[in-house]
Amino acid sequence: MMDGNFNDAQTGEQRIRNFNINFGPQHPAAHGVLRLVLELDGEIVERCDPHVGLLHRGTEKLMESRTYLQNLPYFDRLDYVAPMNQEHAWCLAIEKLTGVEVPRRASLIRVLFCEIGRILNHLMNVTTQAMDVGALTPPLWGFEEREKLMIFYERASGARLHAAYFRPGGVHQDLPQDLIDDIMQWTMEFPEILGDIDGLLTENRIFKQRNVDIAVVTEQEALDWGFSGVMVRGSGMAWDLRRAQPYECYNEFEFDIPVGKNGDCYDRYLCRMQEMRESIKIIQQCIKKLDESTGDVLARGKLTPPSRGDMKTSMEALIHHFKLYTEGFKVPEGEVYVAVEAPKGEFGVYLVSDGSNKPYKSKIRAPGYPHLAAMDHISKGHQLADVAAIIGTLDIVFGEIDR
Amino acid sequence: MSAELLELGEVIAIKQEAAVVSFDVNKMGELVLTVHANKIPELVDFLRGNSAMKFSTLIDITAVDYPTRATRFEIVYHFLSMYTNQRIRLKAAIADGDLVPSITDIHPSANWYEREVFDMYGIMFTGHPDLRRLLTDYGFRGYPLRKDFPTTGYNELRYDEVEKRVVYEPVSLVQEYRQFDFMSPWEGAEYILPGDDKAEGAK
Repeated sequence: MMDGNFNDAQTGEQRIRNFNINFGPQHPAAHGVLRLVLELDGEIVERCDPHVGLLHRGTEKLMESRTYLQNLPYFDRLDYVAPMNQEHAWCLAIEKLTGVEVPRRASLIRVLFCEIGRILNHLMNVTTQAMDVGALTPPLWGFEEREKLMIFYERASGARLHAAYFRPGGVHQDLPQDLIDDIMQWTMEFPEILGDIDGLLTENRIFKQRNVDIAVVTEQEALDWGFSGVMVRGSGMAWDLRRAQPYECYNEFEFDIPVGKNGDCYDRYLCRMQEMRESIKIIQQCIKKLDESTGDVLARGKLTPPSRGDMKTSMEALIHHFKLYTEGFKVPEGEVYVAVEAPKGEFGVYLVSDGSNKPYKSKIRAPGYPHLAAMDHISKGHQLADVAAIIGTLDIVFGEIDR
Repeated sequence: MSAELLELGEVIAIKQEAAVVSFDVNKMGELVLTVHANKIPELVDFLRGNSAMKFSTLIDITAVDYPTRATRFEIVYHFLSMYTNQRIRLKAAIADGDLVPSITDIHPSANWYEREVFDMYGIMFTGHPDLRRLLTDYGFRGYPLRKDFPTTGYNELRYDEVEKRVVYEPVSLVQEYRQFDFMSPWEGAEYILPGDDKAEGAK
């Protein structure tokens, strides 16, 4: 209620009105550039209006005037916490439209790095959400591990963050054996650190007080608001695209899908912790499979560059290389929607091709977008202090929401 | 898989005769329904409520701009059923200025998707509770994802040291916007190569 003219107020002190505040865009718990216009009744949130778009770069518009390959790096910049998972969706969309088969080794490498991305994301989310509710140590410990993972990114692709490593038709370069060994070594050490973070948080009284029974999402709400990923799994639905609609070679791996019971912030935290352990299992299986499958990591053809050796000896290969990086490749006319289980939920690409070398239209379906859209619904009736916990649990990154 | 989807499409087409124009399973194995824009809420409600389908998750709403067509826009809905593990796509052709009924009453998550479509394409939705711009700047004009909107936009902003505030100015590019045409001139080039016009004249 705004300035009310009610006649039942007996004294001037009773004539109070709700307080409107701006939460962000500079607030450290806003996880980026989120501006929330909150209407408060005392400490209780009555209405929450997220103002987004402060990081809008027009990715979809830019993509329409660039070739398919030039568009790939834009996907790193969407969810910059787990960049390779986004690239994956783009590559899969192109591969589906062109009908390209990815070599076995490349497929395994993709799974490996997708799971590394999942751990990168969950480490970031779990620890910074803990920081939002008052813990300082977890992010310090978590970011140390993130740093190690980013070094794996760098050793594979040359970039710590914006990798552009997955390419239509495979991955850009093969992994050196010592990198694979180091990743294996890391998977041995990581569970202990995860256990340390777990010991700090899981039974922590303050952490539980701030998270248990906060932002409860029921199954029906999760459907109505278009949730995906941990947001539905926390509410008791065992829905995971890696299992339900397997892409790449996920159907070969053994892993469990952790499911929450109460649908509150605490259950989602537990899901994320468990998912990291499952990702470790997948990475280890992946490395075992990688030992057995040696071979090329790119489906040599129109979509991919020729090998360096070919380029230096064959004129046709040189022409192909030049044309690929200037004109780009053409994708047959058609449309496709491809979704992957990104760490935050279902990340999808709706791609419309008109048969040229540029996408006619590409719509990016970011998982954080419907989650943030439900912010008003979820936060209603909660305390102002819970807003920070809710933003944390929704796992919001503005790169993908604003696009 | 695709036979199953065809069957599903057929059932929907029979049960919702008034809404469905045609249905198809495309080469990618996706079920695509072409529908009448004004019948979308009934159809979406049917898809959500029918116990055999339960397309209860709205994945995405977007539009595609085809400036050469009489009905310029195509509005595209994606739905997912977590119970039957199926996806469906609805498409409806609408002309510039046509109103589309909102589905926010059926799927609350449509709220932001419709706002975004309005923001990016200028398609209006009837019955939407709060159809404001979402992603673009406060006070932005124009619809950026339309094909006739330049990628550079019309206005740029910068911090003015003299006025001590952010000022808006018309876009001025210090060099031409670089838009190279890399298409091979042997296939599909829509221009005359320099020199080719002379060959035409000599005939």
